[in-house]
Amino acid sequence: MTPPRKRQVRLVVSLTLAVVLAGGLMYTSFSAADPALTPSQLVRHARVGADVQLTGTVVKHSVRDLPGGAVDFALADRSGGGPTVEVAYSGSVPPTFRVGRELIVTGELKGRTFVAQPSSMVTKCPSKYSSAPSAT
Amino acid sequence: MAFAGRVALVLALSVALYGIVAALYGARRGRRDWVDSGRRSVYCLAAILTVAMVILEVAFIRNDFAYNTVANTSSTTTPLLYRAAAMWSSQEGSLLLWVWLLSIWASVATFITRNRLRDIVPYATSVLLGFGAFFAMLLVFFDSPFAQTHPAPTEGAGLDPLLRNPSMLIHPPMLYSGYTFFAIPFAFAVGALVVRRVDADWIRLTRRFALASWLFLGIGIVLGARWSYYELGWGGYWGWDPVENAALMPWLLSTAFLHSVMIQEKRGMLKIWNASLVLAASTLAIVGTFLVRSGVLNSIHAFGASTLGIPFVTLIAAMTAGSVYLVVSRRGVLRSEHSLDSMFSREAAFLLNNVVLVGLCFVIFWGTFFPLISEAVTGTSAAVGPPWFNRYTVPLALILVLLSGVGPVIAWRRATLANARRNFLAPIGAAAAMAIACYTVLPAHSSIGAVLLFCAAAFVVASVTQEFWRGWRARRATAGESAPVALLSMVRRNRRRYGGYIVHVGIAVLFIGVAASSTFQHEQTVSLQVGQSTHVGAYTMKYVKATGSVVTDPNHTGATMTLGALLRVTRGGHYVGTLRPSAGYYPASPIVPGQVVASLISGDAVDQIGLQSSWRRDLWAAIKPLGTTLPANGTQLPEESLVNRADASISPTWSATTQLYSAYLELRAIAAHYVASPPPASFTLIASPLVMWIWIGALIVLIGGLTAIWPAPQHCVTECERAISRAWHRSWAAPSAAGPRRR
Amino acid sequence: MTALIAALLIAALLLFVLWALSAPFRRDAVVGAPGDTDARRALESAKEAKYAEIRDNETDYRTGKLSDEDFRALDRQLRAEAVVILRAIDELAARTSASSV
Repeated sequence: MTPPRKRQVRLVVSLTLAVVLAGGLMYTSFSAADPALTPSQLVRHARVGADVQLTGTVVKHSVRDLPGGAVDFALADRSGGGPTVEVAYSGSVPPTFRVGRELIVTGELKGRTFVAQPSSMVTKCPSKYSSAPSAT
Repeated sequence: MAFAGRVALVLALSVALYGIVAALYGARRGRRDWVDSGRRSVYCLAAILTVAMVILEVAFIRNDFAYNTVANTSSTTTPLLYRAAAMWSSQEGSLLLWVWLLSIWASVATFITRNRLRDIVPYATSVLLGFGAFFAMLLVFFDSPFAQTHPAPTEGAGLDPLLRNPSMLIHPPMLYSGYTFFAIPFAFAVGALVVRRVDADWIRLTRRFALASWLFLGIGIVLGARWSYYELGWGGYWGWDPVENAALMPWLLSTAFLHSVMIQEKRGMLKIWNASLVLAASTLAIVGTFLVRSGVLNSIHAFGASTLGIPFVTLIAAMTAGSVYLVVSRRGVLRSEHSLDSMFSREAAFLLNNVVLVGLCFVIFWGTFFPLISEAVTGTSAAVGPPWFNRYTVPLALILVLLSGVGPVIAWRRATLANARRNFLAPIGAAAAMAIACYTVLPAHSSIGAVLLFCAAAFVVASVTQEFWRGWRARRATAGESAPVALLSMVRRNRRRYGGYIVHVGIAVLFIGVAASSTFQHEQTVSLQVGQSTHVGAYTMKYVKATGSVVTDPNHTGATMTLGALLRVTRGGHYVGTLRPSAGYYPASPIVPGQVVASLISGDAVDQIGLQSSWRRDLWAAIKPLGTTLPANGTQLPEESLVNRADASISPTWSATTQLYSAYLELRAIAAHYVASPPPASFTLIASPLVMWIWIGALIVLIGGLTAIWPAPQHCVTECERAISRAWHRSWAAPSAAGPRRR
Repeated sequence: MTALIAALLIAALLLFVLWALSAPFRRDAVVGAPGDTDARRALESAKEAKYAEIRDNETDYRTGKLSDEDFRALDRQLRAEAVVILRAIDELAARTSASSV
């Protein structure tokens, strides 16, 4: 095989390999991913038993510290109103956790309670990177 | 003064737009004076933006709360250093910092190229000014840092306590320096492709700038990981959060560029790769800047819908389309001069290196943007978590570490069995020795992934040591210098090579730390009474006593009240150390009348981690003394009744100062009560091996990077020049000897 | 008082910008040095890059990444390429000094 031909063959082989691997990665990601839902979406399409990534704001007066480091609270949509979801959480709680803060927990709906995986909570960084309401 | 600031921003935008037009006009018409005017616009932009920065910083330092951004992010109780840093904690301030840094680096680049690359510079200048104009436009029309409210409030909201940490002082400027620095290789790549000139001169310049941006961005990433480990209460340093990934992706691509450009220099190959890598890395840097401030992805940094989404997406689309167009239309210039001689050669190793790094970048990109992709494809937004990322990145990282040991020692063109034996024997031996150690002495064989990584790291360290040894020995033989002098002069004469080798060692050490601390970590979250102990791995941690202080913040961050614990750590009965985790409580803003005491501690709470680091392991502790939330939120708390009683004892008819003073006294009593009879506190305790190796590895990478970027000493060049001139004059005088043919 | 400082600052900035950027309009700037300096710089860069390659080649040989014949062949070729560049630099210098006479 002449060198240019060899180069072409190598290029085609490696590109095909790359496409196949990438395709495999992309395909498996769909089954490996957890749906990301808000509390109102979770209530509407309640899928008991499937892992879900729940994003919401902590509802006022809903936080209860339990013995052993666990904590129960309720999450509502970012916009405020709408159905809330009770969350049972254990594990490390970020220090930025508080009422009114947005956070993400991963877990599954068991009955009426969302049982979170231990230490899966991520709270939003409180730095204010949103535009000021009256931008001059 | 704010008006002056606003004028400055409008002036900056005008100057940038003028400069673009001037530079392009001068380039098209061959008029040097117009190009020079365009170049001077870059210096002007830097000067104007410096003035704007100074105006804003002065406002912060003087606590001028008429400025909305000062009122939103600073307060009189924020310490001075953090007041100055608060400038970049807001969207508008951080945009100003971004464009100011861009103008400074652009000025440096413009100055360095004042007499070089004359045909490329006009286009590069207009691209740089284009970036400047874009960000100036955002600041003028979308989000001004000089917006004011009159009458000015008397107190500000205060810098978020989570950001009152030395890492946060330097992490954004360092990260932004990295991001903005990427604009320069992008600009010069675009310029070079436009004029179809990708020669040695362009390579040397672009490589220096790419190395600087790589270094800055790398430092920013490591600082972010350190901040996550030392400040956030989860004890981890990397969570595959979109903002972490956003900084990692351009870094990976620029790593690939720095390596593969060596091949272009030596053999004129991989030109299309290099042009694409530079353009893609810079585009991803802008994507990273955008991700941090948009609401597009669920992330620790995402803040709901942003008005800046559309402009940024337009810029990214323009950069991507422009890059693709340039590379495709100039592919004639980017044709390879040679082809691969063998799959076992240094060229092939570098090519594989490119492929692995791009593959890593693709995996991270896919995982990061998956929520958007899945929403587009299936209708529901779905996210992949750290296990998915780890599954694909860990094997790729392993291959990368291995390659970093193979690359330095493999032969050019074609590696024969003979030189493979000569070069690989010692490194393979080292890897085998490490494998044996993992199963016998250490022992660390519970995870095959960790064992493989330790062996790969041993391979790298051995191959780099071999390179240093052989080079040093050769230098001593030829130059006859003494041992330490030979080592130094060897490195000085070949900074890029040996600096690069040092970086490889640093990466290997870093990954050893990562592998050990992820695989062999012991973690517990437990509720303890005073006097109780718990076991974490081989260590016993005992809650000895509670601690508390008011106003005198032991961490110097302005916390009103700090409650904590003293933990005594033993191992096998022997005392190992003492950990002092605590939680700092900050004032809420504004102070609620009738609830003064509660307001003083119901702002954010920050974990101060109790940490003892040694080269062998880290002992990490975080505490939640008052449970998860604070009095003002109406939850059941042990101290809540005390806080309410304290609030009831303060009469609203007293003067504000008297109320505050009494509130502090009450808090002191509450803290004392906590120390005397503390309720069970919730602790997160971690014992993690070799964490310090991560930071040490990063430091080694920094040293290697600085070595590589330092300019070569001048006398070395003239020495070589003399040698070659001698050879040339010999051949010139006797053209029949092995001299060059006239072309 | 601050208003005065602000006004002065704005005026200073405007004047500075106008002074710095108006050269092409004033047409009193020298219309650039001959383009040969750019060519000379490019050649100098190529020369330094070639020297670095020769040095690198030697180091690679001494640390065992090149066989004897490969090294000698490559060294000869690189030195020849360096000589070509040196000659081009000399020719350029001769041309420039001739044209300025």
